[in-house]
Amino acid sequence: MTLNMGPQHPSTHGVLRVVLELDGETVVKAKPIIGYLHTGMEKQAEYKTYTQSIPQTDRMDYLSPMSNNLALCLAAEKLVGIEAPARAQAIRVLLTELTRISAHCVWLGTHALDIGAMTVFFYCFREREKVLSIYDQVCGARMTASYFRVGGLSSDIPAGLLDRCQKFVDEMPGHTDEYETLLSKNPIWLARTKEVAPLSAKDAVALGATGPVLRGSGISWDLRKAQPYCHYDRYDFDVPVGAAGDAFDRYMVRVQEIRQSTRIAGQAIQKIREMGERGEYRLRDFKYVVPPKEDVKTSMEALIHHFKIVAHGFFPPVGEAYHAVEAPKGELGFYFVSDGTPRPWRMKVRAPSFVNLQTLPTLIEGRLVADVITAIGSLDIVLGEIDR
Amino acid sequence: MALTPERVEQRLRERFPDVPFERQEGAAVRDHTLYVPAERIVDVCTFLRDDPELAFAMLAWVGGVDLLPRQPRFEVVYHLLSIEHNRRAVLKVRLSDEAPRVATVTGVWPTANWHERETWDFYGIVFEGHPDLTRILLPDDWQGWPLRKDSPLGYQEVSFTHNTPGRMKPAPDLTKLAPKKVKIRAH
Repeated sequence: MTLNMGPQHPSTHGVLRVVLELDGETVVKAKPIIGYLHTGMEKQAEYKTYTQSIPQTDRMDYLSPMSNNLALCLAAEKLVGIEAPARAQAIRVLLTELTRISAHCVWLGTHALDIGAMTVFFYCFREREKVLSIYDQVCGARMTASYFRVGGLSSDIPAGLLDRCQKFVDEMPGHTDEYETLLSKNPIWLARTKEVAPLSAKDAVALGATGPVLRGSGISWDLRKAQPYCHYDRYDFDVPVGAAGDAFDRYMVRVQEIRQSTRIAGQAIQKIREMGERGEYRLRDFKYVVPPKEDVKTSMEALIHHFKIVAHGFFPPVGEAYHAVEAPKGELGFYFVSDGTPRPWRMKVRAPSFVNLQTLPTLIEGRLVADVITAIGSLDIVLGEIDR
Repeated sequence: MALTPERVEQRLRERFPDVPFERQEGAAVRDHTLYVPAERIVDVCTFLRDDPELAFAMLAWVGGVDLLPRQPRFEVVYHLLSIEHNRRAVLKVRLSDEAPRVATVTGVWPTANWHERETWDFYGIVFEGHPDLTRILLPDDWQGWPLRKDSPLGYQEVSFTHNTPGRMKPAPDLTKLAPKKVKIRAH
């Protein structure tokens, strides 16, 4: 029997369609069909300046806008050959780690809801809401942040933000314990996730899986450790790794990542405090980076730079660069080909969900239909990013 | 000793003395990039994956670039990742406008499947031997290759039930800007 699942199915986390060929209750063949949310972001980017593409990235993986902004900015910075000041990097680390916590909270809540544990959803969304209000205070938007810029940040962090983040970081370990109390030893949860949808380390690598999906299969690979950016090498954190590669291991890896992200965020707050509650937040290289607004109001030269960069965009050298970050879903990379004009000749997005979803047939073929929901949930996909 | 990009290139030249590898020049080419002739890409990739000193077990992504009006017009970019040695490598293949065809690397890394489908979807580059070369992000009945540089942006009728062909016509100046013939589907 051929069964069509989606694109409008609540457990497919968006508009994923899976065509399942069944023999009784066993899945013989599965084919994911994607593209329902395709908006041609890569094409549109060729008609926009680098900075104008930043709001587009918020709409890719809409659960982790800051990570997407960061990936684009770092790729453009690599292309141009500049680096943001240390204080801006620490703020980036703080916000992307909070993003990871909120993205994992959404994942955990919805994944548990799919499997039937409804309570977790409310707990997780409570914490996610706190992160979203922090975004709101930082940049005025709850979900579409567009806060990072090439060379730094769009503005300095507001007063009182660090205290608020500190409070969140202090509370979060307790909340993570709450989630674990509800799930980690829950017999129903264990029955639904243990030995379900396993992915061997060999398959994970061959299929290009990254992020918690790869780490759940027992491979310790985290770009923050392996190829550090934003001075991640100066932070103390562990990379949680699974063993069996089943849905439960992926769950455990993500829950541990929430704890590790909380640790990193705490260290980032410390670093920002050491460098000053207010201070440098953007590189002072006015060929590529807009001068601070305060200067624009007082200095003629700054005003001219501001006008040139806002009206035309900056002119990167002719060349190309690829930079990847460890987004909550895995390796998120941007590849730019520049022809020396303010608009990229080509922007390619290496979206982690797109690649991770490819493992779905391996996960579910030969298994029960009921496990398909668990498998999709445990991959943590966002269709906005898959379809771009 | 850490694996350097120069060492990767040297290993490749040792193993394939007959293949004219060419390093991409340019001050702002930030990753060490090698041009590989299209007909040898599968051999080179298999070697890069299997050689214990290199061990590029993962293919990070594959993508296309359209360099119109330059000839050869297309480039296919392969970003490889060696988890064991913590190193990335970039390979490129040049393809001409008349016959943009290259052998698939799905046999080397299964992950190439969707990346190659996407590249075909966007650029019309044919990956020979690909198990399922069909549209992936665009609708099945889409005509043309949207990321080619001679394919303009926008002015596309969005197909909804209220703007079926008989009921709504695009403004004349917009039709001039959209040379492509697009079939509008009523749902």
